[in-house]
Amino acid sequence: MSTKKLTMVEALNLALREELQRDKNVMIFGEDVGIDGGVFRVTKGLIQEFGKERVIDTPLAEACIIGSAFGLAVYGKRPVCEIQFSGFMYEGFHQIESHVARIRARTYGALQAPMVIRAPYSGGIKALEHHSESKEMYYVHTPGLVVIIPSGPKNARSLMKAAIRANDPVIFLEPKSVYRAFREEIDLDQDDVAEIGKAQIVRPGSQVTVVTYGAMLYQTKKAIQKGIEAHNWDPEVIDLQTLSPMDTQTIIESVKKTGRCVIVHEAHRTGGIAAEIIARVMESAFLSLQAPIERVTGWDTQVPYFARENVYIPDPQSIENAIQKVLNF
Amino acid sequence: MPRNHMELDQIDTLSVLSEDGSIDKSQLPKLSKEELLKSYRFLVLTRRTDEQALRYQRQGRIGTFAPSTGQEASQIGSAMAISKEDWFIPSFRELGVALCRGMSIRDYFLFIMGFEEANQGLKGTNNMPVSVPVGSQCAFTPGIAWGIKLDKKKAAAVVYFGDGATSEGDFHEGLNFCGALNLPAVYLCQNNQWAISTPRSQQTAAKSIAQKAIAYGVCGIQVDGNDFFAVYKATKEALDRAKKGEGPTLIECVTYRLSVHTTADDPTVYRAKEEEEAWQKKDPIERLRKYLEKEKLWDSSHQEKLEEDIKAEIKKGYEEAEQFRNSIPDPLKFFDHQYETIPPYLAWQKSMAKEKIQGRNVIKGATEGYKGPGGAAAVGELEEAGDE
Repeated sequence: MSTKKLTMVEALNLALREELQRDKNVMIFGEDVGIDGGVFRVTKGLIQEFGKERVIDTPLAEACIIGSAFGLAVYGKRPVCEIQFSGFMYEGFHQIESHVARIRARTYGALQAPMVIRAPYSGGIKALEHHSESKEMYYVHTPGLVVIIPSGPKNARSLMKAAIRANDPVIFLEPKSVYRAFREEIDLDQDDVAEIGKAQIVRPGSQVTVVTYGAMLYQTKKAIQKGIEAHNWDPEVIDLQTLSPMDTQTIIESVKKTGRCVIVHEAHRTGGIAAEIIARVMESAFLSLQAPIERVTGWDTQVPYFARENVYIPDPQSIENAIQKVLNF
Repeated sequence: MPRNHMELDQIDTLSVLSEDGSIDKSQLPKLSKEELLKSYRFLVLTRRTDEQALRYQRQGRIGTFAPSTGQEASQIGSAMAISKEDWFIPSFRELGVALCRGMSIRDYFLFIMGFEEANQGLKGTNNMPVSVPVGSQCAFTPGIAWGIKLDKKKAAAVVYFGDGATSEGDFHEGLNFCGALNLPAVYLCQNNQWAISTPRSQQTAAKSIAQKAIAYGVCGIQVDGNDFFAVYKATKEALDRAKKGEGPTLIECVTYRLSVHTTADDPTVYRAKEEEEAWQKKDPIERLRKYLEKEKLWDSSHQEKLEEDIKAEIKKGYEEAEQFRNSIPDPLKFFDHQYETIPPYLAWQKSMAKEKIQGRNVIKGATEGYKGPGGAAAVGELEEAGDE
């Protein structure tokens, strides 16, 4: 078995390389993804290995990058397009809402758009304006889209491979602050393909269910580590991985077991995924609850410039406080 | 660098068949007698389908639609130049092209009756469903053209849009993208002079729409859009160039929307009767018929027979669509096609919807009918009056 310790950037690069090798219909394009290898280097070396026909630098045109991916997908290719930052996806949102998300529904399955839109997303790297937002709910609110947010190198690879093979369009948001934050051991011989729509129990536990995803898993792990050491906590941590369609069952089963729930996300509080999870718990596990559900989220403000970014982003202390509050109830 | 003039490409204009049916033989494209008569049949079929659909709509049998009346030469002229291998990417006013591409009258009516099943026949046809958001199809056209290019197919992607769409960013991004990547695409603008109530003169300060090609380094041509031969010739040439790897073309067909924007629109509010009458004299169908009669290919007995055939064809198509509606199709079917497989929470919602409609016939027909002149603008008003 050959394994390698990779960062998320390297793991994504590996997944793209593996899928380009596996299926000649897979192609990569976007702004600066070729010789530059993408501004975060996720596509580094791919143009050299697979050539200019399959790894393409496009004009600076988000609507057409997403639109072209749609056209190619309907035509029969497996496009993976990159939007340089998720803050620039709105230029192409029209294509996502008007065409990408609804082609299957409006043709009753006669046509489909198997495509991936990748974008670096969320805050925590002291970036400039428009480079720190967490707007996943725009896409979660749009039926027909699959929304995936990986939390580390290992599931970034397996989720990306699954996204490329899926027959539904995937919005794949990559938390920038995790890109190079840590390494994970990856089995290079194993064709590790995740199951879309399936959450992962990262740490089984009995006292409280903590649901999170993306960069917030990293913060949550820090928070519970302290609690486990100092107070003998036994939390169950769930990494959503796919936000839409969401794995309700895993959450409900866990809450029925623990009777308590905390949800952590970086996106705005109002209409965030926590609100939806709370609603689903009320629908399916209300009588199991032993405490009100807590949520730790970004505020309903525009993400402040980076000098005040830490006021916006949930930190381990606030997560720890929320868990403590639910446990003490 | 001294001050100088930059040399830019020129824009051609083309007209072959004049209003009185006389012809510039030097520009006449090669078409067999059969092709000519087939084309003429499609022109008339498109017109009559619109006319009949308008009656059905006013009777409350079908929903809102956008007639092609007046633009048939732009549509059939271009469609006859497009091959099966080419891709057809419509806006929402291309009945004529869709009929040439094999869409059945039944599916057309099914669409206006509000059934997604109308689009189920698209698989494998190289035809896209209509795009309602204006101009948005121009931004995904490069993807289809790109796929064709990668597969080295002798084909091109042909996208349709109107003069209003050329004010949208998607049009500009799309054409520029196709130019930059040298893709086999034809951008066909039916400049019908009106975007609902906004005239072409208020849409752009440019002298023509065709000239916008110059900015993107692609071919541009302006043709008489009511001239079947001119449209055919320009489209054929554009497709030939695209298939030879010589890149995209922007064709501006100068035509006129003789009818309403959609059945919810009332043009008397915003445009002069004199203008409509002037364009009626340029009717594309009359013009081609005059030519066919001059060439002794057509006479009134042919016309009579054609009208009868077409009337029966439209009636049959409508009845087939109505039969489908009356068959009480599965009202919950849309739940099954949001994703490749239905997610558990959606299956749950489907079961709730089933409970909601238990024992009721909920398939909605367009039974409310026409709300009188004033179209969509009058709907609320009339409903209010009804409450009194």
